[in-house]
Amino acid sequence: MNIQAAITIYKFEMARFRRTIFQSLVAPIITTSLYFVVFGAAIGSKIETINGVSYGSFIVPGLIMLYLMTESINNAAFGIYFPKFVGSIFEVLSAPVSSLEATVGYVGAAASKSTIIGLMIFLTSNLFVNHDIKYPLVMAIFIILTAITFSLFGFIIGIWAQNWEKLSIIPTLLVTPLVFLGGSFYSIDMLPEFWQKVSLLNPVFYLISGFRWSFFGTSEIPIALSIVAILSFMAICLAVIAIIFKTGYRLRT
Amino acid sequence: MKSQISIENVSKVFGRHKALNNVSLEIKEGEIFALLGPNGAGKTTLISAICGLCRQSSGNIKVNNFDTLTHYKETRNQIGLVPQELPLDGFESVYNSCQFSRGLFGLKDSRDHIEKILKTLSLFDKRDEQIFGLSGGMKRRLLIAKALAHEPKILFLDEPTAGVDVSLRRDIWKLIEDQKKMGVTIILTTHYIEEAEQLADRVGIINSGEIILVKEKTALMSEFSKKTTFIRLSKKLKNLSFMKKNKKISLTENGMTLKLVGINNRSNELQSIVNLLSQNGIAFTEINTVDNSLEDIFLDLVETQ
Repeated sequence: MNIQAAITIYKFEMARFRRTIFQSLVAPIITTSLYFVVFGAAIGSKIETINGVSYGSFIVPGLIMLYLMTESINNAAFGIYFPKFVGSIFEVLSAPVSSLEATVGYVGAAASKSTIIGLMIFLTSNLFVNHDIKYPLVMAIFIILTAITFSLFGFIIGIWAQNWEKLSIIPTLLVTPLVFLGGSFYSIDMLPEFWQKVSLLNPVFYLISGFRWSFFGTSEIPIALSIVAILSFMAICLAVIAIIFKTGYRLRT
Repeated sequence: MKSQISIENVSKVFGRHKALNNVSLEIKEGEIFALLGPNGAGKTTLISAICGLCRQSSGNIKVNNFDTLTHYKETRNQIGLVPQELPLDGFESVYNSCQFSRGLFGLKDSRDHIEKILKTLSLFDKRDEQIFGLSGGMKRRLLIAKALAHEPKILFLDEPTAGVDVSLRRDIWKLIEDQKKMGVTIILTTHYIEEAEQLADRVGIINSGEIILVKEKTALMSEFSKKTTFIRLSKKLKNLSFMKKNKKISLTENGMTLKLVGINNRSNELQSIVNLLSQNGIAFTEINTVDNSLEDIFLDLVETQ
């Protein structure tokens, strides 16, 4: 196995992250702080506790998940789309690099970047609310699994996209609404019964619920269901990537 | 010389367009092989198929007996590719970009090797600069540096001197010759026939996806060689009515020069024409004979196909 190639791609992508550190890290931190000021302090003070948790604390897992998912998708999609766009992807395609090695390099870097961003948001949240993490190990596992899974998804989008519009269309029109409607900022118990049932069709809901369980020990659905959901989505993404590399879809003519 | 790349009956179809049509070709170890052909002839498609950028619709390609589809790691390990365009990540530095290329081939960073290549290509002073700040010629050299970063045994150069100035073109030619001396097999596509004439050991001509000719350059030049003789006249001629019609002989537009193409010296054709001119009182000041170039041969072959 050409491990050096995977490491090379990983380092190359992380170097891009370092070059854009302000845009990559500072922007999410500022935006998160605004969320806490608006939702946590201004609006949150008018909302009673949810399942015994203050509103400010309640939204922390949702916010981390929001960034973790969108940043994973954006980083991975851009990571593979940009070399396709400028043509430099020829280097990877003409090198002795297997699909697994390329995926590990690109997806590993994207997942690392979004995990760093997720942790920065978590640290930022500590400035506004105090929380004890009930199950820190589960929290770490959820962060890593979500970062990897959504980076795989972003990788697929980056390969599929043939222009900049397509690159942003799925994150904007599909993922962001699913994250917002998946209980990032509210408990589905607060919704009418019909919309509670609709929310159960949203795969992101299972991830946010499970992640929230690791913080507070309570969630709308069993934790096992959340883990099954994320692992299933990861398996689907891996299968799609395997097909892409086998057929050369939008990579090789 | 043993065969290093073996291409057997390779075809590549894009929709209804057959970019490669049953191409068979052998590239010998250590040679410089020039692949010539007009735009859209299939040169880049053939290179892409060998390097793994596209998959042939049918046929086999082997590099040192390894199949490019089933043993792609073994085949690609031996190949360096300089593409026709300038596809570079402009935000990366020159050195890191070369290091990236080397790493993809499973090799650890070798500062000595990369710096040596950058020095050879006059890019050492630019090693820490971002690529988008380089000139077109520098980017072209950087692509060559990147292709050499993993010390390939086979180097593909897809129009390496397109759009570069004369001085840089000579530098690149020297680099190609140096690589050959080091035992690297070089496959070159070019629009500059002069380049193939200068560098190549063998020449292949491809047109409409088919290889129409493969020959040693010297054999090709001698087999298809045609001499053209120019006789500069003292006075302007209006026509050639004083001699029998001959396709090989024409009068230039200004009427001051006779152009004789493919005159056979063994049958004293030139002597007969000179005699004819004298008999008709037509004086001349100069006779000049030139060999036709590889470019003429290439154009003849492509146009008559």
